[in-house]
Amino acid sequence: MSEEVILRVENLTKRFGGVVAVDQVSFELRRGEFLGLIGPNGSGKTTLINLITGFVKPTSGRIYYFNRDITHKPPYYIACLGVARSFQMVRAFHKIPAFKNLIVPLYSPRVKKLGGGKYGERDDMAIDLLDDFGFERDSFVPYKPAGSLPHGYLKRLDLARCMALRPDLLILDELFSGMTMSEVAATLPLIEKFNREGLTIIMVEHRLKELFRVAHRVIVLNFGKKIADGPPKEAMAQEEVQRAYLGTESEG
Amino acid sequence: MAEAIKYRKERIDRGIKVRSDTIYMLSSHRELLYLLLPRILPISFLIFIPLWVGGGYWGKVIFYSCTFALLALSWDLLASVGLISLGQALFFGVGSYVAGGFNYYLKWPIFLTIPVATLGGALICTFLLIPVLRLRGVYFSMVTLILPLLFDHLIETLEVLGGTHGLLSLSPFPNHWLADYIAIGAVILCLFGFRRLLHEDFGFVLRGIREDDRVVMAGGINIYWYKAQTIFLAAAVGCFAGALMTHYYQFVGRSAFALDNTILPLAGVVLGGSGNFAGSVLGTFILVPLSEALRALGGLRMALYSLILITALAILPEGLFHYFERKYHQFERLVSV
Amino acid sequence: MELFIYGITNSVTLALIALGFSLTFGISGVANFAHGAFYLLGGILTWVFMNQIGIPYFLSALISIGIVGLFGFFLYWGLMLRLRGLAVNEVIATLATAIVIIEVLRYLGFSGFTYVLPEFIKGSIQIGKSWVDYQRIFLVGIGIGLIIFLYLFTHKTKIGLSFRAISQNERTAISLGIDSDWTAALSLSFGSALAVVAGLVILPLGSIDTQIGYDILISALAVGIVGGLESVPGILVSSIILGFGQIVVATFFKAQWQTVVTLAAIVIILAVKPSGIFGKYKELEERV
Repeated sequence: MSEEVILRVENLTKRFGGVVAVDQVSFELRRGEFLGLIGPNGSGKTTLINLITGFVKPTSGRIYYFNRDITHKPPYYIACLGVARSFQMVRAFHKIPAFKNLIVPLYSPRVKKLGGGKYGERDDMAIDLLDDFGFERDSFVPYKPAGSLPHGYLKRLDLARCMALRPDLLILDELFSGMTMSEVAATLPLIEKFNREGLTIIMVEHRLKELFRVAHRVIVLNFGKKIADGPPKEAMAQEEVQRAYLGTESEG
Repeated sequence: MAEAIKYRKERIDRGIKVRSDTIYMLSSHRELLYLLLPRILPISFLIFIPLWVGGGYWGKVIFYSCTFALLALSWDLLASVGLISLGQALFFGVGSYVAGGFNYYLKWPIFLTIPVATLGGALICTFLLIPVLRLRGVYFSMVTLILPLLFDHLIETLEVLGGTHGLLSLSPFPNHWLADYIAIGAVILCLFGFRRLLHEDFGFVLRGIREDDRVVMAGGINIYWYKAQTIFLAAAVGCFAGALMTHYYQFVGRSAFALDNTILPLAGVVLGGSGNFAGSVLGTFILVPLSEALRALGGLRMALYSLILITALAILPEGLFHYFERKYHQFERLVSV
Repeated sequence: MELFIYGITNSVTLALIALGFSLTFGISGVANFAHGAFYLLGGILTWVFMNQIGIPYFLSALISIGIVGLFGFFLYWGLMLRLRGLAVNEVIATLATAIVIIEVLRYLGFSGFTYVLPEFIKGSIQIGKSWVDYQRIFLVGIGIGLIIFLYLFTHKTKIGLSFRAISQNERTAISLGIDSDWTAALSLSFGSALAVVAGLVILPLGSIDTQIGYDILISALAVGIVGGLESVPGILVSSIILGFGQIVVATFFKAQWQTVVTLAAIVIILAVKPSGIFGKYKELEERV
């Protein structure tokens, strides 16, 4: 982990009508860090991710990526700077063969600039990449339409799509939801490996046991507010976090 | 009581389709023929039919079919990025008026006006539609439906570009062969070009945008830029069709923006089947001659197109081409369950 | 003063036209492009019943409303139900239905000065310096009455409440035992009937021309889009804006500019603020 700040979020707020989904959240993220983002349902985790990746415009606050203000930039611009994200609900191009799903990020200006993907090479690159994620190249799996694949494969396809962008910052929104235990066991080491190789990761997850094994630090959100920030054990020990997770008589 | 036996239809790829999937198609001329026939037949049909019918009335019908096929192809291309146009008349009209205007006021020759109308008209249409690119589905369709009407009324109200009378006595094509073969060449080029394009990487980006634009954005691709490119391409084809028709008629008037020019290509696409371009050509080549044969109906033709459109939507949602394609590649049999 | 009176009547006319369209869209999400065609069909049916068959006016009006309402219902049940889920196919289907109706009526020759619906009460009244015929006063009264009726209907009656339930969250409504297809079909039928009511009130001011089938559709679209589809206050405000706008343009410029202004309003609103002035479709803008 270096001291270089890759992402800085300052007083980020998002209101949907009367609801404050994200409330004055600030944090910094260093290069190579593995950050867990947790909190009860509806605490604003996905909204925070949508704000960082530009899919939702913030009401107020600033986001800096490598000291560059990306607050009101469109999603594709932010993605081209190297912020890849997965989606909570499975999203894929269902009618297109699985490996052709990766053509989209491979066709992006970012990958072109990094010197990958000449004409006619993208198919091979896509199949190579998918091979690492359990889509064996010699099987029929990568060539089937994505819509006909099981849920676990689609989740991994989403992860592969993120990695095809050659990101500097990877944001995973509940990657493990709906995966079987064995699929999680197969995928977690991959993510750990990416992190060891220098990739910065933000991971939203409900499976805390798996998350705490890999995360250096967690941020806990509750009702859009940041209530804890620190190494997993310390953060979870805080009283407010315990209350948010277990719920007590004082709420409501 | 007799046991009721239930059957279901089973579809199996023909052996020859499986055999000729990859390099093995070169193994025998039967396989080669199987692959080439569906491509060679329509091309040779298009090339020889003007020779067969010659000029005259049915020559004109062939020319009409080609221009409307171009409009239908342009519709299908837009649909492949998820933009559903109800305004092919916009492209047609803009192309017609640009070609007509340059020819009428500046006396530009025909070989200059048609390219200028194709590119210039496409630029105009693209800039008109860029502000509404973020609209999806029905809203985009509404804009495309309204824009040609707006132009129609503007020309009437401002009395520019010939006003209600239109621009008369424009330069004709040197002979009808040239007109026919330019139109046919364009149809063949667009048909196979677009089919090819959608199987390139660029095409997969377009298909991705149609299926889920947010994933495409997360992949670092500016969807508006790609939509704009597609609109330019589709508009160029539509404007080209308009420019051809202008010089064929030697006249351009407000009728270029009429709803007919939207409904007829649309009915063609829906009848033939969208998403593969061949369906659009097939559909228009059925509809246009049919409507010419039923010329006696006069004003009812619009109602007829619409009726065909409704029927095809309700009964044959996949379109004729998909049906034929399935029959060609697969055989069906009943199996008991 | 004259400007004001014409502006008000024109605004209420537009609101009347748009009510049925917005009601259907708001509830079932079907943009009924056959709205103008139903308006025309209702007027012509009433004329036929009165002048060719000889049924009294009031009864023929009721029968026409019923027939077109049923037509709307079966349009949904027979055709739209097959196409549900693909909004664009629905638009194509309703547009095609509109063209079939209008072009067949045009072919049968229902245009011209013979085709006039009777006014409710003949004559006119002087307001200030200008004469206003009773029909226009009726029109304003009926327009305001209908809006109040619709409000009460959707807020007080069981069918009305189920309409609103479907429009707010279809899945939840289904899980609470509301038949969404039935409700959507009813809404289309209701919207079509409202189109006929609007026609019966407005058409006596002139003669019937098949072209109005398209013009009415454009007016309904314009009011709906400028105000924000499915928003009742939006319809009111945008009919007033467009109503006065048209009158001002027609008074100070050429009358043809009216249509141009209406069409341009649709395009500009969709380009600048697609959810309309009062629209609830926030996500249309949220999606960057």
